[in-house]
Amino acid sequence: MYQYTEFDRQFVHQRAAQYRDQLERWQKGKISEDEFRPLRLQNGWYVQRYAPMLRVAVPYGEISSAQLRVLAKIAREYDAPEADVYKKATETQAQWGTHKLPTHYAHFTTRQNVQYNWIPLSKSADVMELLASVNMHGIQTSGNCIRNITSDERAGIAVDEVADPRPYAEIMRQWSTLHPEFAFLPRKFKIAVTGAAEDRAATGWHDVGLRLVKNDAGEIGFQVRVGGGMGRTPIVGTVLREFLPWNQIMNYLEAVVRVYNRYGRRDNMYKARIKILVKAEGQVYIDDVEEEYRQILEHDGAPHTIPQAEFDRVAASFVPPALADRVYQSAEETEAELQAHAADDVLFARWLQRNVAPHKNPLLRAVTLSFKRRLQAPGDASADQLDIAARLADRFSAGEARVNHDQNLVLPWVHAEDLHALWLAAREAGFASTNVHLLTDMIACPGGDFCALANARSIPVAEAITERYQDLDELDDIGEIDLHISGCINSCGHHHSGHIGILGVDKDGKEWYQVTLGGSDGSDLSGPAQAGKVVGPSFSAAEVPGVIEAVLGTYRDTREIVDGKRENFIDTLRRVGIDPFKTAANAARFARTEEVAA
Amino acid sequence: MKRNLRILSAEEHVDDGSPSVLQLANDADPLAIEVCLQDIERIDLNFPKFTDGRAYSQAFLLRRRLGFKGDIRATGDVLIDQLVQMERTGFSSAVLREGVDASDAQRQFDRFATYYQGDAVKTAPHFIDKG
Repeated sequence: MYQYTEFDRQFVHQRAAQYRDQLERWQKGKISEDEFRPLRLQNGWYVQRYAPMLRVAVPYGEISSAQLRVLAKIAREYDAPEADVYKKATETQAQWGTHKLPTHYAHFTTRQNVQYNWIPLSKSADVMELLASVNMHGIQTSGNCIRNITSDERAGIAVDEVADPRPYAEIMRQWSTLHPEFAFLPRKFKIAVTGAAEDRAATGWHDVGLRLVKNDAGEIGFQVRVGGGMGRTPIVGTVLREFLPWNQIMNYLEAVVRVYNRYGRRDNMYKARIKILVKAEGQVYIDDVEEEYRQILEHDGAPHTIPQAEFDRVAASFVPPALADRVYQSAEETEAELQAHAADDVLFARWLQRNVAPHKNPLLRAVTLSFKRRLQAPGDASADQLDIAARLADRFSAGEARVNHDQNLVLPWVHAEDLHALWLAAREAGFASTNVHLLTDMIACPGGDFCALANARSIPVAEAITERYQDLDELDDIGEIDLHISGCINSCGHHHSGHIGILGVDKDGKEWYQVTLGGSDGSDLSGPAQAGKVVGPSFSAAEVPGVIEAVLGTYRDTREIVDGKRENFIDTLRRVGIDPFKTAANAARFARTEEVAA
Repeated sequence: MKRNLRILSAEEHVDDGSPSVLQLANDADPLAIEVCLQDIERIDLNFPKFTDGRAYSQAFLLRRRLGFKGDIRATGDVLIDQLVQMERTGFSSAVLREGVDASDAQRQFDRFATYYQGDAVKTAPHFIDKG
């Protein structure tokens, strides 16, 4: 992990002090609510349906056990609403049918961050100080600025990696932190970077998507995509550069963001993202960026060119942990031992297959701790669970974990010979669901139970589908599939990129759900990033599990066996087209009068 | 960081239509100014709302790209918490919106000694110039 310098540490503490100063001026009435809002947002503090929400930054998803323990402490000691707030929340949500609003919880997000739902604003400055004690913060996790930079969950350990993206992500994190010119952009601005052949970071769906590549001379650079995004108008980013030398990335991003800051729309919030500018202006935008970049190089002297020495300094933080050298037995002995355990216990065999991924170091594995299980919302973790995750990271993964795009935790430095011991511990903790990349490993936002923007609840839909699909053999038979659920068009649950997407909509004060099919986040399984297509008018919450069942039934009836392998859902859908799936989904509607169904 | 930004009250801000003062609308392109910058002493850049960040880029381009040496002044919805950003992007004076307590300004400058990225004033990023 990146090792904070004294400067980095001081900076986070100063930011916490600055936030306290702002909070106090707001409390004294010296700044209005409207003036305070962007300041608290840029520290991660939203005010939601009933209570504030805090979003803590986990830069490129990398988190230490010490940081997990502080997150646990915050969940335990601060994630509790005042009595009247909780009473109002539970009474109101009960009218919708939600009878459980967990407190003392944290939540992993699709952008690798961590959120809390109940911390009173009056305690917010104390929480920021506590976070700063382990180099954490909420800087730019919200607001119209450059957000936390996300990356591949297997950054630095992936077998298919051109180069480790973490040093670049860290240098860009520093560059974007409190950038004075880009603090009030037309809209939020998200960057994702990957160094692997497979895109596990949904780069096409970001305002800027970066992929490390090598040119013919073997030099490292970035493929630069600009103008991706979800929301009301889903658009996949446009390639501006197939190869930009790695050390020029910040000079180039300065041009990308400056042109956006100057010309992005500010009259309509729904047309303010950079994707709209890139789409509307096309080549004109690209020419403007290239001209601005030329000026930054030739006139300004390319001030943010990354010197080799600085790259080396940062990269030195990301050397594999010393633990990785430990070997007790040969790879063959380990393999034989694992196979023996797998023969003994089919659940362990399944877990090896689903939750364990190969590693750059053949002695090691990347292991997914699943936070997708019955009775808890996708990506939710209690205070105790966070503490247990910290213990597992210490015992099995050199004190490090990753928050991944799918709202799970990944342990990146697990010895193959420790896999069985880890499985036993993970199973005891409830983190060993063998559903990674299967239907119940779904993505879902907090939805209408918490979020002020939501049109409908997400968690009960996720819960209903989870309950319906508990049979492991059935899940295996359905195979790898991305199910993504968003409670509103802001698309925090990435419904556009789901093979099956579910979007909450509000009609006449009731909750309805639009279903899309065929979306892709850009991973190898899903194919090039693209938005799913709507199957028809929206469904009631009660209809959704039946619709999913009908769609999956169509897949099971029409899939083919290719080279002895069952075709995946997404491949069948692409091969036969959306129509049979659409027909099946629409046939799953309950009988109702025409005007209600309209 | 050391504060060089002059913080003015509305009364201290003179706007008498002097030909040496240029008012630049917040959607204007500073690189397309047709007057000779050498005849200009001051350029006023406007913040219609403090959340509209276009004037930061305008100030940067005037100072860094065009090398304007005169006063660049922030007017409009100018609040305490944006003053440091203004100074860093090239503003040299700022007219606080009416009713804003100027006594809260100085400690915002005192808090951070330096920043990660270069800006219009201190052009080198922290990784080059560790000072």
